Amino acid sequence: MADEVQEASTPAAPRPAGRPDRPDRGPGGPGGREGGRKFFRRKKVCKFCVEKIDDINYKDVRLLQQFVAERGKIVPRRLTGVCTPHQRQLTAAIKRARNIALLPFAAR
Amino acid sequence: MQRSYELMFIVRPDLPEEDLEKLISTLQNHATSAGATVQNTDKWGKRRLAYDVKKFQDGQYVLFTLTADGKAIHELERRLRVTEPVLKFITVRTDEEHQRLEKIKKLRASRVKRPPAEAAAAAEGEGAPATA
Repeated sequence: MADEVQEASTPAAPRPAGRPDRPDRGPGGPGGREGGRKFFRRKKVCKFCVEKIDDINYKDVRLLQQFVAERGKIVPRRLTGVCTPHQRQLTAAIKRARNIALLPFAAR
Repeated sequence: MQRSYELMFIVRPDLPEEDLEKLISTLQNHATSAGATVQNTDKWGKRRLAYDVKKFQDGQYVLFTLTADGKAIHELERRLRVTEPVLKFITVRTDEEHQRLEKIKKLRASRVKRPPAEAAAAAEGEGAPATA
């Protein structure tokens, strides 16, 4: 995607709006460097691995909502940093939640 | 074959409280007569739907946790389909998921005990709340 490249090259670029799904506070990455001259991209880590969330449940709307975009799309792994097995579980959970009207198929 | 399931359904929002109670108890009776045992009933109350269902914007969510065999679930689903106030329902089989979770739990417990290097690595993330 184009904004990936742009993000890396623009110095101290603010996080693009409309993408609130990014788990920002992952430990282990070099934090507090964003004010520097070059934008420092933190290594994304899987939220579920770090916080040890084993059960990705379709009823937990709050959790799932962090991984759907504003329009209701599932946010891809490369943006959120979720690992493959967890993304698979997440996808299944989001689809179940959509089925029972806890999450939208398409908003607006 | 008895398995554990979750059955969630949405009841129309304009159904009064006592009718909802009646509906739930009749469904429970149907479940037990079909050979299922209802372990838990959870009323979530009124909730906004993510999209309109039969022109309703809200719905009353009810969650059953039960153990049953496939036939009983089939029968229950048929009942739900013909029950008018029920807008939508979903049945989820949970026994495999429970097994998986237990396995992970066991694995984690054994790993923390034995190798100290790994235990230290595991303890690092423990500060964050594990539940969501």
